[in-house]
Amino acid sequence: MLRDITLGQYYQTKSYIHDLDPRVKLGGTVLYIISLFCFKNYLGYLIAALFLAIVVKLSHVPFRFMVKGMKAILMLLMITVMFNLFLTPGTPVVTLWKLTITAEGVRMALTMMARLTLLVIGSSLMTLTTTPNNLTDGMEKMMSPLKVIKVPVHEVAMMMSIALRFIPILMEETDKIMKAQTARGADFEHGNLLARAKALVPLLVPLFISAFRRANDLAMAMEARCYRGGEGRTKMKPLIYKKKDFLAYAGLVVYMVVSIVVGRLSLG
Amino acid sequence: MKIVKARDLVFEYIRRDEEGNVEGISTAVDHVNLDIKQGDFVAILGHNGSGKSTLAKHMNAILYPTEGTIWVDGKDTKDEDVLWDIRQTAGMVFQNPDNQIIGQVVEEDVGFGPENMGVPTKEIWERVEESLRAVGMYEYRKNSPNKLSGGQKQRVSIAGVLAMHPKCIILDEPTAMLDPNGRKEVIRAVRALNEVEGMTVILITHYMEEIIHADRVYVMDSGKIAMEGTPREIFSQVERLKSLRLDVPQVTLLAYELQKRGVKLPNGILTTEELAAAIKAL
Repeated sequence: MLRDITLGQYYQTKSYIHDLDPRVKLGGTVLYIISLFCFKNYLGYLIAALFLAIVVKLSHVPFRFMVKGMKAILMLLMITVMFNLFLTPGTPVVTLWKLTITAEGVRMALTMMARLTLLVIGSSLMTLTTTPNNLTDGMEKMMSPLKVIKVPVHEVAMMMSIALRFIPILMEETDKIMKAQTARGADFEHGNLLARAKALVPLLVPLFISAFRRANDLAMAMEARCYRGGEGRTKMKPLIYKKKDFLAYAGLVVYMVVSIVVGRLSLG
Repeated sequence: MKIVKARDLVFEYIRRDEEGNVEGISTAVDHVNLDIKQGDFVAILGHNGSGKSTLAKHMNAILYPTEGTIWVDGKDTKDEDVLWDIRQTAGMVFQNPDNQIIGQVVEEDVGFGPENMGVPTKEIWERVEESLRAVGMYEYRKNSPNKLSGGQKQRVSIAGVLAMHPKCIILDEPTAMLDPNGRKEVIRAVRALNEVEGMTVILITHYMEEIIHADRVYVMDSGKIAMEGTPREIFSQVERLKSLRLDVPQVTLLAYELQKRGVKLPNGILTTEELAAAIKAL
């Protein structure tokens, strides 16, 4: 049951986007999100949607995987649209009972919807095309200037990748403990919220003990293999920009300039 | 030169109560003397709590002696300046395969040691390939360690140590958590390393079958070295082994029982073939 949970949502396939350096994808996503908040007219969103459509096409990830990400924020999206629709002051268009829909409200709601949809699809595209491992590497490299101000960048990245490695192991363990406790009469599925929360104690205590034991073993194994922090370490798979990465950066710059220039035009 | 040499090695675990007062001291390693030759396959045997793992951890400078000295490749483990040299010279494989694999892909895990040592990228790849081939796991290099069997995981761990180019490899009960097939797999890989590559192997175990091919065997009991010799010398003392709470392999036990009943068999029979030959010769 617990084993079905996959970590992240990486979609395995071969594509131009998958092969890009994680730094390009991370930077690209951030820039794309920024661009979404710069637009003043619908034309900007149109360009943004077009750009995203091209990238999605290039990534070979089926569109339904993007929609999956949308489902999670559907509720949030509805509420935002409702509030904007009914609560924006301006010229009334339709009045239903006590609620008034204004022209400004309609415009606002549409803008919000476009913004959120593109934002979610854009960022899930990044996680769909980058392995968690790669993402960690990219972040480590991008944040490395922060080392100057004593941010433990390497340590954080190492912690993240170890966590990623141990999540499936601990999940399996949870499953095992759960079965063991059920066999001894523990009940995880009945009763009210409080009873269920209490039932988790016999699950969590052994899990934590085992996690600490594992951590201890792992630390020893890492030391035995000469791990002594990020200092003086070389990389087996160093991140090096290739031609296609520069190409992607160029594409990104073109998109940024065109979309923001067009998006900020006042169309009367 | 001896690769591992210990003189009067003592290690004490100090148990403390909640206020930090000393509750008791247990001596895990008690005046041990060891001399391990380069290129040997050495087995250290003992039941649970005999101090064999504690001894192993001294060879990798994870634990430091309370008294006495241990030298690895001529270097004193108490000397902090050579700590990383020692850990590179004497690679260590632990019991639990899950808790010693750091990478999320097999090849990345094997590359972890060389990365830490600051080996250039190109050479890391060469070392990873050569190490994975040495343990027969090269085809699995792109797999996730979570999808491997216990024996395969342990072979990856061995490869991870090999990639650091150690002079000797210490295996601390590498088969304790494996099924019989996984156990055979690991022992076969370790033997190949010793025979083909001439690697010094120090195998800590409580399975008697695994030490048959060793050049030298040390049997530990409550921190002391109780017996020492070739496997044949050790196995010919069945009563002594039983008193140390160790199980003798079935064939040896059978030969021993036959001997007791008056069948004239040689001492210390180790394999089925040997016993068959000995019975035929009667």
